[in-house]
Amino acid sequence: MDLRFTPEQDRFRTEVRSWLEANAPSASRGTGPLPSLDTAAGFEAHRAWERTLYDARWSVVSWPEEYGGRGAGLIEWLIFEEEYYRAGAPTRVGQNGIFLLAPTLFEFGTPAQKARYLPAMASGVEIWCQGWSEPDAGSDLAAIRSRATPDGAGHGGWVLNGQKTWCSRGAFADWIFGLFRSDPEAERHRGLTYFLVPMDSPGVTVRPIAQLDGETGFAEVFFEDVEVPAAQVLGGVGDGWKVAMATAGSERGLSLRSPARYTEAAARLVDLYRRRAAPDGDPARAARHADDVARAVIDAEAYRLQTYWTATRVLAGAGVGPEASMNKLFWSETDLLIHSTALALLGQEAEFLDEDSRPPPWLDGFLFALAGPIYAGTNEIQRNVVAERVLGLPRT
Amino acid sequence: MHFAFDEEQIEFRAQLRAFAEKQCTPAAIREAWASPLGWSRPRWAALAQMGVAGITVPEEHGGMGLELIDLVLLLEEAGRAGLPEPLVETVALGVPVLVGAPGAQGEVLRSRWLRPVADGGITMAVGLSTMAVVPGAEGADLLLLERDGELHAVPGAAVVLTPRPALDGSRRLAQVDWEPSPATLVVAGFEAEGVIADLCDRAAMSTGAVLVGLADRMLSIAAHYAKERMQFGKPIGSFQAVKHHLADALVRVEFARPLVYRAAWSLSEGDRDAGLHASMAKAMASDAATLAARTALQVHGAIGYTWEHDLHLFMKRAWALAAAWGDAASHRARVLEILTTRTS
Repeated sequence: MDLRFTPEQDRFRTEVRSWLEANAPSASRGTGPLPSLDTAAGFEAHRAWERTLYDARWSVVSWPEEYGGRGAGLIEWLIFEEEYYRAGAPTRVGQNGIFLLAPTLFEFGTPAQKARYLPAMASGVEIWCQGWSEPDAGSDLAAIRSRATPDGAGHGGWVLNGQKTWCSRGAFADWIFGLFRSDPEAERHRGLTYFLVPMDSPGVTVRPIAQLDGETGFAEVFFEDVEVPAAQVLGGVGDGWKVAMATAGSERGLSLRSPARYTEAAARLVDLYRRRAAPDGDPARAARHADDVARAVIDAEAYRLQTYWTATRVLAGAGVGPEASMNKLFWSETDLLIHSTALALLGQEAEFLDEDSRPPPWLDGFLFALAGPIYAGTNEIQRNVVAERVLGLPRT
Repeated sequence: MHFAFDEEQIEFRAQLRAFAEKQCTPAAIREAWASPLGWSRPRWAALAQMGVAGITVPEEHGGMGLELIDLVLLLEEAGRAGLPEPLVETVALGVPVLVGAPGAQGEVLRSRWLRPVADGGITMAVGLSTMAVVPGAEGADLLLLERDGELHAVPGAAVVLTPRPALDGSRRLAQVDWEPSPATLVVAGFEAEGVIADLCDRAAMSTGAVLVGLADRMLSIAAHYAKERMQFGKPIGSFQAVKHHLADALVRVEFARPLVYRAAWSLSEGDRDAGLHASMAKAMASDAATLAARTALQVHGAIGYTWEHDLHLFMKRAWALAAAWGDAASHRARVLEILTTRTS
């Protein structure tokens, strides 16, 4: 065991830090913060930032160089993320593609698909949204009813019909990935196929949905006789469930939820506590919530260490199994603890909107944290997975 | 950055597990509870034979000369087994104080006591002036006792014990009456402050490791029961209410574990944040073990509430250790104190 970073890793960190200091949008240089990515203008500003990252080869450090990455290792990726959150750099508008679809493309995509989709994804030229849930398929994802039927033209093409919902980034995204029922006769986990579809295809209709913060962070997407060529099937026809679960594992596990997100928020929580505990703050209120501040900091640190523990195992050749569900439970609850404690420290100020009628950062973070136990598989589903696959309890 | 144990460390744990499965069964723990000492000298001698008792004793005194990072998996295993012997007090707390004791007195202490520890002949206990009672004082051959900021090493024969029976039948507590003298002094003044602070950090990490092992054991007992106990024609483990209780407790245990391992590493390396890391570990391990105990009891229902069922052997140890060497809230207060006063 050695919990020190190597000199190479320290150099890598320094390089990331100095680049972000010089280039990340910042209030002090008048280049930030960017407008909300759930607005048309904000979405494009975030897309431009993805391009800046890509041009400097910081968009996808862990990808192979041929797709725009640096071929960096898992530990280096974690270092990059620590620096990214430390710098307060913008939310990655391309994250659904980069963190959820890309791992699936690397595993199941043809060489042509990888070359076609990955660089455009990494550069922000094509922003992806996900199409999992349907009005009657939420936690019971295998209840998907959106259909794929062969177009009968003899080239393996398909026609899609149905409705997807809660598609994050769906209001402005360029492409959608998701599951469609291609064999209505098959057992429900087997008749599904994974499709990649341009959002401007004839027959696709997008209806944005306003979220708790009033902005259109997700959307409903309707498919009416949408034609899709065979080249836009990811993995085998009928293998969609297996392919999708690989993506779900990434979402719940290591890749999307980098620990820096929580350790950085926890560090800001300590700063907030320190200000509130000062004589000109609200010392009595700070004292009432001190224990929760410490809890939040310790949980964030535990998540960071657990991630390095897992990363070391993965580097030694192990896979990430049902512990991804434990991670998801833990980070979602940690995020809520951090943000609800911050609001408690703020007192009455907690409910204020800023001058643009937007929730300020702590409130915005709290609203976002509330989604954590719901998306990527509800925490109730995750608890079932942990109980059945880690503790070996019988299926419900 | 390499956050994993090496093969030798993992192999040592496997040896201790195999030993405990034979020599430290629940029946053996009950026997220890009923015995005058509360633990077993033959088992302690057998642990010494394996190298466990002398793991932190330097090689020139007959030990293995290893660090806390080599010990932490064994402490976790001791928790899983509910091992009654004073492993933490002797190996993680007492021996390192003797190893670091300054001056001629240090030399005397090392040559007098370390080899007998490694040979399994003796055990140690540690008591600070803030503690009303000293755990493991009965049967301890050497006690490290603090008064007025001075740390003294006092032979068991030179103290007067007033036992205070405790809920955990192996945790023999006693009020210790003793007289400090120049002959017993180990370290005083500013130097003693550092020694005692280190000792408390080692204690927090070590009891944290034992707690993680205890929690793991209680959850595995409960999961086993949930698979077998039938109600409404099904195993109760198929009901979501039971599953979710167990999953939540397991998650807290799984995330406490890396905090404990990191604290062991930092203490072994003399990292400047070792105290912070030890407090983080103890805070989370205490709560995780308390939750695991509560959950395991609830999953068992009335049978878990009986003396006959083995669960209480582990539950009572967990309650005691969750409170020992600073409870979760006190370690959280320390974490916040450190974080809000540091300059960098």
